[in-house]
Amino acid sequence: MSHSLLAPPAGFDIKAAHVSAQWKCEKPLNCCRIDPKSQFVLVGGEWATPERVNMADGKIVKLEGGHESWVFDAAWSADSTRCVTSGGDGRLVWWDLTSEKPAKLHVLQAHKGWIRALSVSPDGKTLASGGNDGLVKLWNMADAKPLATITASKRDIYRTVFSPDGKLIASGDLLGAVVAWNVADGKESARYDAKPLHTYQGGQQVDFGGVRALAYTPDSKLLAAGGLYKATNPFGAVHEPIGQVFQTSDKKMIRQWVANAIRGGIFWSFRWLADGSLVGASGGSTGGFLLFFKPDGDKEIHRLGLPNILRDMDLAADGLTIATAHHDRHVRITRLAPKKA
Amino acid sequence: MKRSCDYACHSPKHKIARRQFIGTMAAGSIAGGLGVFTSSSAAEALKSQQKRVVVFNMHGGLSQLESWDPKPGTDTGGPFRSIETSVPGVRISELMPETAKIMHHLCLVRGVNTSEDDHGKGGYMMLTGRRQSPAAEYPQIGSVMAKALADEQNPLPGHILITPGGGGGRGNESAYLGPRFSSLAVGGGKPPQNTERPGTITDADDSLRQDVRREAAKKFLSRRRTAITDAYTHSYELALRLMSQRDSFDISKEAVRDQDRYGSSDLGRQCLLGRRLLEKGATFVQITHSNYDTHNENFNFHLEQVGEFDRPYATFIADLAERGMLESTLVVVLSEFGRTPGINLYYGRDHWSRAWTVAMAGCGVIKGAAYGKTGPNGTEVTDGQVDHANLFHTYLSAVGLDSMESFDIEGRDMPMADPASKPIKAILA
Repeated sequence: MSHSLLAPPAGFDIKAAHVSAQWKCEKPLNCCRIDPKSQFVLVGGEWATPERVNMADGKIVKLEGGHESWVFDAAWSADSTRCVTSGGDGRLVWWDLTSEKPAKLHVLQAHKGWIRALSVSPDGKTLASGGNDGLVKLWNMADAKPLATITASKRDIYRTVFSPDGKLIASGDLLGAVVAWNVADGKESARYDAKPLHTYQGGQQVDFGGVRALAYTPDSKLLAAGGLYKATNPFGAVHEPIGQVFQTSDKKMIRQWVANAIRGGIFWSFRWLADGSLVGASGGSTGGFLLFFKPDGDKEIHRLGLPNILRDMDLAADGLTIATAHHDRHVRITRLAPKKA
Repeated sequence: MKRSCDYACHSPKHKIARRQFIGTMAAGSIAGGLGVFTSSSAAEALKSQQKRVVVFNMHGGLSQLESWDPKPGTDTGGPFRSIETSVPGVRISELMPETAKIMHHLCLVRGVNTSEDDHGKGGYMMLTGRRQSPAAEYPQIGSVMAKALADEQNPLPGHILITPGGGGGRGNESAYLGPRFSSLAVGGGKPPQNTERPGTITDADDSLRQDVRREAAKKFLSRRRTAITDAYTHSYELALRLMSQRDSFDISKEAVRDQDRYGSSDLGRQCLLGRRLLEKGATFVQITHSNYDTHNENFNFHLEQVGEFDRPYATFIADLAERGMLESTLVVVLSEFGRTPGINLYYGRDHWSRAWTVAMAGCGVIKGAAYGKTGPNGTEVTDGQVDHANLFHTYLSAVGLDSMESFDIEGRDMPMADPASKPIKAILA
């Protein structure tokens, strides 16, 4: 199975991937998002203050006073002048980043419970938020006005992603349900069965896993969902990363990716690359890795071990720059190209 | 070899230790539970105010920071906020909004330091009030309460364990008190298994076969009576009583409205069954909620588990209060330990016994209070430090027992609680 490719950028070489920079933030990190102009990476972590890191010089600016809980996700406006952050307080906070000291534009009590998932439509006009209340909400990115509420699940929403044409918003929940919803009317468009990403452990009596990663190919033909499986001991961090690739035409799963010799890991984030491969960020007791797969193969084609366990990843618009958020408080930049001489 | 008084003459007076019997006779006070009184008037007095005990065992180690002692905004606080409760100044985790409404019934003991981070050892300490020792086995709180409080004529077992599937219990939980004070494990809100007589056996046939069994047992016991043979005989009688009490375990007999209020979760059914059993006269009920051993993704799991606990527990406490039963029912929420203030790299919290919380309600425990304190980030007790032994004494004191008393076990005085410790008097009303 293939999907249409974009031309890889000059120098693109996943086998030459290397960490090119790292900066230490205030607390262990949960999330990272690179702005559309590839100048900044916005991070959130185990405290209430997101941080904007300048990728040129590592200068950090704090976004203070918006949240009362940990920050779980972030999203950028198309012009990189504003961003939205979401937290364990159920809030969405719009920030103006044009001045030296970031200013809050809007603070909304948007969901009941955590907001783990944010995504922005390809045209930059619509923000989607996914909450522990099982709702996916759509917002006007420009003025924070609510647009629609979709009752997406009875359980926590872990990830959302817009389709490349912006007509669908897909959600992934704790129970392994991946559903694509029509943005126009909020109705269900397609449902994908990613149940292996959910574990109910009878002995420990807990639901575990969930759809932690979700990504459409640029042509919308494939949708990849990632998380964990083989959760023989959820409380002991014994579980392995797993990815599933679905054809959007018939909702069939065509590929399942697992990682070799990673006994403790979760796929936290997926991004499709310009050569048609996918990079998955795995973090867990075995460590932090970037794993590369092709949709026509079961095995990883390359992996890069990172210095610390990771919890999120993003890909810059240049197709070469990856940011990863780590427990050791670092945001790291990986270049998918040979090191500069 | 000296034999047990209990098995020599069957006198209820001889079920308590000799020296305390003398002492309490002199003091003219109650010496023990319904089955171990020094006088019939004392028995009647306590019977009229029959005490009951419920233990919620939060198996695996409930995080105090995600429940009773939150530290929001600190480096150990995690993502959850604290909320106001019905007691001004006492805040708990936002995961417990329903419990916050009934805080005026509760007493939080926030300065627990048990210094034992092993599951087995910690659980043993919290349920027996003693440290584990190769030299002796001690009975669990359920067995002690069954022995001290349960009326022998009560058709329900004195020590009932409610688990989701009806498993667990037994082992050597009754230690020297003997197997008749071990738990009966039930679950699912349904009558115990195998308590329905097959339809092919008539009343007359059943009566006849029971008479034959009793006669054989009587002949055997007249020559070889021991605690074990007694328990064997008792188990048959208990089974017969249980067969007549099947409805006591059937929560489908409860109003639909109540079933809705408690919710459809396993714990909701367990709590409703607990309430039903208390109303039918049960003495001790332990409800297990599993599992809190969250070394990985502590916050996701507490979101799920504490979220499941909150409503049924708060409903249970509110119902007991509304029905006038909380004054005579001690309700304890305990674990084998708490969880580390420090958050590990898997979003987990590990075992932490040095600063955690036990919640109590009812009987002789003060209401709407938080006793003891931990420091700003919860790593240590800064005021009102207590341990498992203090707590065990307190449970006994709360139900009107003298925790310094002893059981007479075949002529040996066996202190109910660790004689080197004492109750937390500040929380006893």
